[in-house]
Amino acid sequence: MSPVNYLYLAVLLFTIGAVGVLIRRNAIVVFMCVELMLNACNLALVAFSRMHGNLDGQIIAFFTMVVAAAEVVVGLAIIVSLFRSRHSASVDDASLMKL
Amino acid sequence: MDNLIALLVAAPLLVAAPLLGAVVLLCGGRRLDRAGHWLGTALAAASFAVGAVLFVDMLGRDVDDRALHQHLFSWIPVEGFQADIAFQLDQLSMTFVLLITGVGTLIHVYSIGYMEHDERRRRFFGYLNLFLAAMLLLVLADNYLLLYFGWEGVGLASYLLIGFWQHKPSAATAAKKAFLVNRVGDIGLSIAIMLMFTTFGTFAFGPVLGSVGETGEGTLTAIGLMLLLAACGKSAQVPLQSWLGDAMEGPTPVSALIHAATMVTAGVYLIVRSGAIFNAAPDAQLAVVVVGAVTLIFGAVVGCAKDDIKKALAGSTMSQIGYMILAAGLGPIGYVFAIMHLVTHGFFKAGLFLGAGSVMHGMNDEVDMRKYGGLRKYMPVTFVTFGLGYLAIIGFPGLSGFFSKDKIIEAAFAKGGTEGWILGSVALLGAAITAFYMTRVMVLTFFGEKRWQPDAEGHEPHPHESPKSMTIPMIVLAFGSVFAGGFFSIGDRFLNWLEPVTGAEHGHPPMSAATVTGLTVVALAVGVTIAWVMYGRRPVPVTAPRGSLLTRAARRDLLQDDFNHVVLVRGGEHLTRSLVYVDHTLVDGVVNGTAASVGGLSGRLRKLQNGYVRSYAVSMFGGTAVLIAATLLMRGV
Amino acid sequence: MSFPLLTATAAVPAIGAIVTAAVPAARRTAAKWVALFFSLVTLALAAVVFVRFDPGGDRYQLTENRSWIADFGVRYELGVDGIGVALIALTALLIPFVILAGWNDAEPQETGSSRWRPTQGFFALILMVEAMVILSFEATDVFLFYILFEAMLIPMYFLIGGFGDRAHAGTDQNAAAQRSYAAVKFLLYNLVGGLIMLAAVIGLYAVAGSFSLTEIAAARASGELEMATNTERWLFLGFFFAFAIKAPLWPLHTWLPNAMGEATAPVAVLITAVVDKVGTFAMLRFCLQLFPGASEWATPVILVLALISIVYGALLAVGQRDIKRLIAYASISHFGFIVLGIFAMTSQGQSGATLYMVNHGISTAALMLVAGFLITRRGSRLIADYGGVQKVAPVLAGTFLIGGLATLSLPGLAPFVSEFLVLVGTFSRYPAAGIIATSGIVLAALYTLVLYQRTMTGPVKEEVAGMPDLKARELAVITPLIALLILLGVFPKPLTEVVNPAVEHTLSDVQKTDPRPDVEAAK
Repeated sequence: MSPVNYLYLAVLLFTIGAVGVLIRRNAIVVFMCVELMLNACNLALVAFSRMHGNLDGQIIAFFTMVVAAAEVVVGLAIIVSLFRSRHSASVDDASLMKL
Repeated sequence: MDNLIALLVAAPLLVAAPLLGAVVLLCGGRRLDRAGHWLGTALAAASFAVGAVLFVDMLGRDVDDRALHQHLFSWIPVEGFQADIAFQLDQLSMTFVLLITGVGTLIHVYSIGYMEHDERRRRFFGYLNLFLAAMLLLVLADNYLLLYFGWEGVGLASYLLIGFWQHKPSAATAAKKAFLVNRVGDIGLSIAIMLMFTTFGTFAFGPVLGSVGETGEGTLTAIGLMLLLAACGKSAQVPLQSWLGDAMEGPTPVSALIHAATMVTAGVYLIVRSGAIFNAAPDAQLAVVVVGAVTLIFGAVVGCAKDDIKKALAGSTMSQIGYMILAAGLGPIGYVFAIMHLVTHGFFKAGLFLGAGSVMHGMNDEVDMRKYGGLRKYMPVTFVTFGLGYLAIIGFPGLSGFFSKDKIIEAAFAKGGTEGWILGSVALLGAAITAFYMTRVMVLTFFGEKRWQPDAEGHEPHPHESPKSMTIPMIVLAFGSVFAGGFFSIGDRFLNWLEPVTGAEHGHPPMSAATVTGLTVVALAVGVTIAWVMYGRRPVPVTAPRGSLLTRAARRDLLQDDFNHVVLVRGGEHLTRSLVYVDHTLVDGVVNGTAASVGGLSGRLRKLQNGYVRSYAVSMFGGTAVLIAATLLMRGV
Repeated sequence: MSFPLLTATAAVPAIGAIVTAAVPAARRTAAKWVALFFSLVTLALAAVVFVRFDPGGDRYQLTENRSWIADFGVRYELGVDGIGVALIALTALLIPFVILAGWNDAEPQETGSSRWRPTQGFFALILMVEAMVILSFEATDVFLFYILFEAMLIPMYFLIGGFGDRAHAGTDQNAAAQRSYAAVKFLLYNLVGGLIMLAAVIGLYAVAGSFSLTEIAAARASGELEMATNTERWLFLGFFFAFAIKAPLWPLHTWLPNAMGEATAPVAVLITAVVDKVGTFAMLRFCLQLFPGASEWATPVILVLALISIVYGALLAVGQRDIKRLIAYASISHFGFIVLGIFAMTSQGQSGATLYMVNHGISTAALMLVAGFLITRRGSRLIADYGGVQKVAPVLAGTFLIGGLATLSLPGLAPFVSEFLVLVGTFSRYPAAGIIATSGIVLAALYTLVLYQRTMTGPVKEEVAGMPDLKARELAVITPLIALLILLGVFPKPLTEVVNPAVEHTLSDVQKTDPRPDVEAAK
């Protein structure tokens, strides 16, 4: 199978993720969509790695995974504490950071 | 040589003694309240004693050897600009030293009694000592900058003393006015010093006056006119005379010492001291003469109209200093007589003021002469001493004023040509008016019926003779008023004494000296007679009649104050007010306007920051898309 | 290597600031004493600098030179000339009095929050300003100077905005708004100036390849470094603009009355007597030395601006109703004199200008601090709220008068010496300018005496009646200042000896010699 197909899949996943971030209000869902975008990128990186015949892309994918794991920890903690204080996980409710 | 060393200590001591008094009295606090006045008087007297010793020593030396120079330390040393604290004691300075410390000590003594009931008497003596120190510095300085130091110092003392009763708004205003008008004159002195510096590279008396011949007449005229401006301020000459009348708000001893005998004559000192400059600048000299002549009449006219005894005397002071300035403007013919009149005037005018103070002391501080009358019975000593001062000032033959004034009139005629005739006539007219207004003062105060009434609280004044501490100085001054002129004139003593410093010339009046003297006596008789007819023969109304246009104008200082008020005060107020407005709206506005437009822009921009995470995400995606598109496009091209 | 004396003079107050800030909240009084102690140590070090400095020696002495940001050629390069020494002495001298005068100005208002430590902050900020100002007088590296020039805005901003005058003109809310307006205005004006200066500093580096003042000046003097006329002019303008805002020169002055009016009196002294001096000092050190040609080119315009400042500042002072704003406008007038003296390019003018910086510092401090004592007593800054104070508090009135007399340059007090030198120096090259500036002496008398008359004389106002006279602490502040005013007025030689050689160096940089007297010239 041509590696290009993996790229199409990656684009598809990324688009789904991006649309999800833009249109969903629930912080957990937005968070999941961000993860989807990250994984789409990982997929693309691995595919590129295969196409070009070196391992750089795969190594970066590992980095991304580590960062994503860290991000999940911090992000979920924020969302949980946000939910506790506001009894809502809607991102639009937390709009105090404006001038 | 021991003698010389003693002298070197002595000259600074003249200044140091009263200065010490001022410092101790002003910083000493209430502890000194009881003894302060004695300390102040003692230090003034000490200064006089030192002056007398120096005087005797000076007489003992050769004429060429009399001037003493003493360099204390370098004051402001900057490349090319050397100002020193250095003293010069020559015959001219010596004359002033004796006058200042002598009359000064007498007035200290007088003040002990006069200020007895004032709780701030200690401070009063501190200020008086400060004045003495500054005035001595002025006359002892050997350069113009140090003279300026003393010049401003006496201005400060005058400010403090005029405003001594600060709780009275009128006194505070008068003090401020005196200082400000003097400052206008000080511009003149500053510029004169700067001109000397750029012309001669120095402003010490010796080098400047010695190299007058090496520069052009234009520069000298400029320097001369600037010095004249300074003299006008300090000596209350037209057009800067307006402060002197108001200065009478100060306690009477102050009026006697500062605003009659010493400080106001500093302008005459300045012009005589700078004689070499004026001799080489005839235009400046002419200006001096004109100022003197105008003030002479101006002061006399004002003096005729005032009902306030001190203000009448202030007008007279102005007029008499006009005589001195006139004489000083005549050049070497007049310098010596200017100073001689200055000294005799110091005696009799101080005496007259002290007499006025004595009268006020006995009359519950009433100053309106229309409410006096017939006081000769109640205050015999004051009457006699005041009377002798009166005879001296009008130039009664044989008394001090006669000798000094007569010489000035003679010198004015001797100026020659039309100028001489005009000046001589003005001086004669002035003598007649002097006789008139002084007779008026004398008659209103001491003769006629008693006209005093109970004041608002029902206290009727009980005129009484003043205590000894006040009468003794008056007697001493009266003694001077009677004999000083004769003593100076017999054998031309004063002329010979001052000639080495000021130079002297004998003018040739168009008529004989005897004729001039005759004319002077006639003028005097006319003035006295008119005054007697107007005030001695008729009863005097207690409230002033409306009077003629001239009288009314003269009561208001010939409208000079009104002019100042409308043009300078009002104009200045409008100017500053509009400037404050301009500063706030225009200057500040331009800057604030810039800030405001930046602020407006950012106000619109900040609406983009709405706090919704998703809209930020949209802009991020949009931005990324734009960036990628741009990159691709650039690649494609 | 010898002891880094110059670094020490700046380091001591900086350490003092940290120590003061670290004092626990409850020990407020201890913090004050700590601050005072460090300021006195600084004063002692400044005295050592003054003594160690040899007027006849090299131009820059006690130099230190270390690499700092090597990539950009920025060096930590210090050195003082006579002008710097005089100003360091002034700064170190005034700070203890500022601290002492502001002893009770920063008490915590509500006792509730125990962690809020305004007192510690206030005194730490003052010491911080002192450290930066002293270092800026020592810096001979343009970049180092620029950083300090900007950095001192931060503590000043907090001092103005955070510790405003409790005695204000309007209501409470108004006062807070006015105070923050003043602080922001101060910051913005000076930031704009600093920004333009930064551009000029970078431009200078691009042209000269170095930030070192001594290197650039030497290269310029020897002809190694040629600058195109236009480049030099633009760079000069960039520097001058920043200094003219700081100084402040008309028409960039409007921040000063706001800042001085709203700040407490000690902070107002800090602004006008200490921080603003950096502006005029920098004109002498950087503008003239780096850009002699452009300085001469700009002289006519600058002289006119200085003359406008003198007259305009004085006239506006006459029209003020607020005591502190009046003093602020008087300062604008005085800064006009300083700039006039600098750009008259004569030794009298520049020596006078340097002395003027020192003397104005002392005289304004005296006047402003007494005004502060007065305002604290009555709780109002408006002149109209006073009257007859001399009757109830004669010592206060007397010291106020002496401060005022110093402001109007009465001979015998220090400012006269400097003002007359500036006038003479200006007159000998530009007579017309000298004469116009002389008119300032009448206006100075007018605003000072009007202020004194309205507040101190006349009948005693009811609200003033119970006013206490100066206390021991206040006397300890004002007496030494007055003694200095008199001492420097009668015997300024120690100062002129230090300043004169530095001025000669500066004049030789701009290749100017004094005009010779006519009589001598004729020979």
